[in-house]
Amino acid sequence: MAHFIDRRLNGKNKSSVNRQRFIRRHQQQIKKSVADAITNRSVTDTETGENITIPTKDLSEPFFHQGQGGVKERVHPGNDQFQTGDHIERPQGGGGAGSGSGEASDSGEGKDEFQFQISRDEYLDLLFEDLALPNLEKKQVSDILEHKVVRAGFSNVGLPNNINIVRSLRKSQARRIALSAGKRRELRVLEERLAQIEALSSENSPEKQQLCRDIETLRKKIEAVPFIDDFDLQFNNYTKQPCPSSKAVMFCLMDVSGSMDQATKDIAKRFYILLYLFLSRTYKTIDVVYIRHHTQAKEVDEQEFFYSQETGGTIVSSALKLMHEIQQERYPTSQWNVYAAQASDGDNWADDTPLCHKLLQRDILPNSRYYSYIEITNRAHQSLWDAYQRLAGDNPHFAIKHISQIGDIYPVFRELFQKTVS
Amino acid sequence: MDITKSLDDSSDWTFEKLEDYHQAIKKVAEHYRLDTYPNQIEIITSEQMMDAYSSVGMPIGYNHWSYGKKFIQTQQSYHRGQMGLAYEIVINSNPCIAYLMEENTMTMQALVIAHACYGHNSFFKNNYLFTTWTDADSIIDYLVFAKKFIMDCEEKYGIEEVENLLDSCHALMNLGVDRYKRPSKISMHEELQRQRDREEYLQSQVNDLWRTVPTAESDKEKEKKHFPSEPQENILYFFEKNAPLLVPWQREVIRIVRKISQYFYPQKQTQVMNEGWATFWHYTILNTLYDNKVVSDKFILEFLHHHTNVVYQPPYNSPYYSGINPYALGFAMFQDIRRICEEPTEEDKHWFPEIAGSDWLETLHFACKNFKDESFISQYLSPHLMREMKLFSVVDDSSHNYIEVDAIHNEIGYQRIRENLAKQYNLSNLEPNIQVYDVQVDGDRSMTLRYYPHQDIPLGESTKEMLKHLHRLWGFEVKLEQCDKDGKIEPLAHCPETAAID
Repeated sequence: MAHFIDRRLNGKNKSSVNRQRFIRRHQQQIKKSVADAITNRSVTDTETGENITIPTKDLSEPFFHQGQGGVKERVHPGNDQFQTGDHIERPQGGGGAGSGSGEASDSGEGKDEFQFQISRDEYLDLLFEDLALPNLEKKQVSDILEHKVVRAGFSNVGLPNNINIVRSLRKSQARRIALSAGKRRELRVLEERLAQIEALSSENSPEKQQLCRDIETLRKKIEAVPFIDDFDLQFNNYTKQPCPSSKAVMFCLMDVSGSMDQATKDIAKRFYILLYLFLSRTYKTIDVVYIRHHTQAKEVDEQEFFYSQETGGTIVSSALKLMHEIQQERYPTSQWNVYAAQASDGDNWADDTPLCHKLLQRDILPNSRYYSYIEITNRAHQSLWDAYQRLAGDNPHFAIKHISQIGDIYPVFRELFQKTVS
Repeated sequence: MDITKSLDDSSDWTFEKLEDYHQAIKKVAEHYRLDTYPNQIEIITSEQMMDAYSSVGMPIGYNHWSYGKKFIQTQQSYHRGQMGLAYEIVINSNPCIAYLMEENTMTMQALVIAHACYGHNSFFKNNYLFTTWTDADSIIDYLVFAKKFIMDCEEKYGIEEVENLLDSCHALMNLGVDRYKRPSKISMHEELQRQRDREEYLQSQVNDLWRTVPTAESDKEKEKKHFPSEPQENILYFFEKNAPLLVPWQREVIRIVRKISQYFYPQKQTQVMNEGWATFWHYTILNTLYDNKVVSDKFILEFLHHHTNVVYQPPYNSPYYSGINPYALGFAMFQDIRRICEEPTEEDKHWFPEIAGSDWLETLHFACKNFKDESFISQYLSPHLMREMKLFSVVDDSSHNYIEVDAIHNEIGYQRIRENLAKQYNLSNLEPNIQVYDVQVDGDRSMTLRYYPHQDIPLGESTKEMLKHLHRLWGFEVKLEQCDKDGKIEPLAHCPETAAID
């Protein structure tokens, strides 16, 4: 009468559709939460998901229910002191130990925030929704420099060590069957005749002799069909397929002269985090090179890059020179996709600006996939901005943006990488 | 009874052991004349249990974000250790589906089998609310139909469109049940066949109601007809039949939500009885097994540990107190009825002349069949139990700055406590009474709903949000007014807020 059914193996993730619906519905709130969360991450931390916090009021499912007030009667257990007619002070925040809506209020009430986790993929998807790497398609063909050998079916010509034995023999067999079919049919007829004659009499009649000779000739003809022929040979075929490089290097350039304070650097850091996360969706390996500069440029580690303070003037070209050197030396464009992000408050020694323009135009931009410059300042733009703006006009993969406060980062980033509808 | 073989009491379960225990439990259940649907017992993982949780125990449900939210909530609090999962979920269907979690020990599985497969199952099959209102034979088919229908709608009209409609329907779910009318039974098969006819027919009816072609002059003479002729309590039903702008598939979706709501309504009305009945039977059945030496001391001790956890009732001043535990109250009441039958005191004979000293099994089965929480308590709650639970009743009148104890467990208080406790389980007192009062058939098609407060309790703060949902379904202006007990009408809210375009 009763059946035991083992359901443990089926129906995993039955709720995943509902979960997706939930995320879809609350995308706005979740996105906001995601945007807030990047502040607390290291540049290269992309392995973890993220805690998402949404105000509970945005999630509520309303229904008609009774509110506070009116006359409510409740029965409670465990009376240890009360007599009929006792008056008790009303407990703070409502009527009695359980208000009339006690049955109905859902468990979420009382908590201000609804927190849950999303996976790394969901996190990145949300963070970079609608964004695309700039210029990827345009440059794809010219920049493809790595090849890999892939199988490409079979061919009739090739090197002996590529012979495909199974296919060759299959062809040979087919050819043999095709060439000898008629003769074997004849042979069968003759053999039957012979058998009939032999059954009738055992004497060696001339007809029988003739038959035997014919059979013999046919057999020889059949055997003469060659076992294997040049024609049968099949070779494995290989071709080289171009594949885009899966390696990228990201240069972070930052001005660390006295005019850059920690708040400004934090803004820049977020921009780098976003860029790194974004690149990590496309490339398998990413190297990050940190170059900081004042009057001289230096390659440093992440900690020093963001958190050590220097003083002095500013010569931007020093960093550009160093970047070019490092790129030439360690990251040949044949194997690496080069991305660069430069952050600065716009200060530069006036005479250096033309040199920057030249370096970028001549050395750096031709080798880069994308170069973005963000200027974090509340003051008026200086000569560097004007020079860069001229560059941006000529080079579609060079972008400059102005940021004045922390909240601008994400919108600006989105704007830089906006999927262009073409 | 003829069970003598004692059962293996090691704590890991296997399918063979489950079968052995099940057979033993079944025999005892039959001995006590428990009439059940056939059982289908399914073993599931904790994740699947969370799935089942978040879809309100429906084995097959259509997709909706709110189930995703519930799932995430359940998962979060489970992983943080804030809550354990229920040991079992049982579905009112024929065959009766019960879920056992794989993490449970053998003792727990036996407890669950006795509790769900014989306790709840027999309650589903015999209680009058369930037999009247739910059709255990067809519910699974209906849920499959509903899921497919809603999936098709999503494909045809877009997820967003369907989701919005479902949001509004879910919001009104509690107001989508018939409380008084009786349903006529039809089978799943007929249901399917009738669905398509209904679509067309309904639409034509609606069009007729909203006909704008002028009719003969003589109509004007007639007294203005009131529509609906009587206030309607089943708001979803009213929308399904009469909302002017809905298209057939939307009416069908409303119907699905309404049907599911109606299906679960008896469970809301019999929480104490249902859990009490199931708890009483797992307790009685497993103890019978123990008395017959079928299960060991080790088994029964582990069982009693779980059982006492389930029926624990913290007192009102405990930090763990969150109202009366339906398991505790229900179990205590059924135990008490048995006691009254077997060993009645003078007091019991005075209070319960008709059952004191009667056959306890007969009396229990009668109680199971013919009551819901409210009537069950007002019929059977005994002074003895009130004393034992130290029940007291308080009145919270918002016009006073204190709350008053109006009855305690003494001679003068018994009757009052019993009445108040019964009222506490009367859903029509707990859920706001809102009815469709008037629709302007000839005018601007606006709809007026009336709220009739119970004991002057006002509506909660969700009213404004709710009006938007009502407005979405109705398509024209929606007004809500409050009708006090002295007949005073007072407008509460209307949507859209201004006469501006939505």
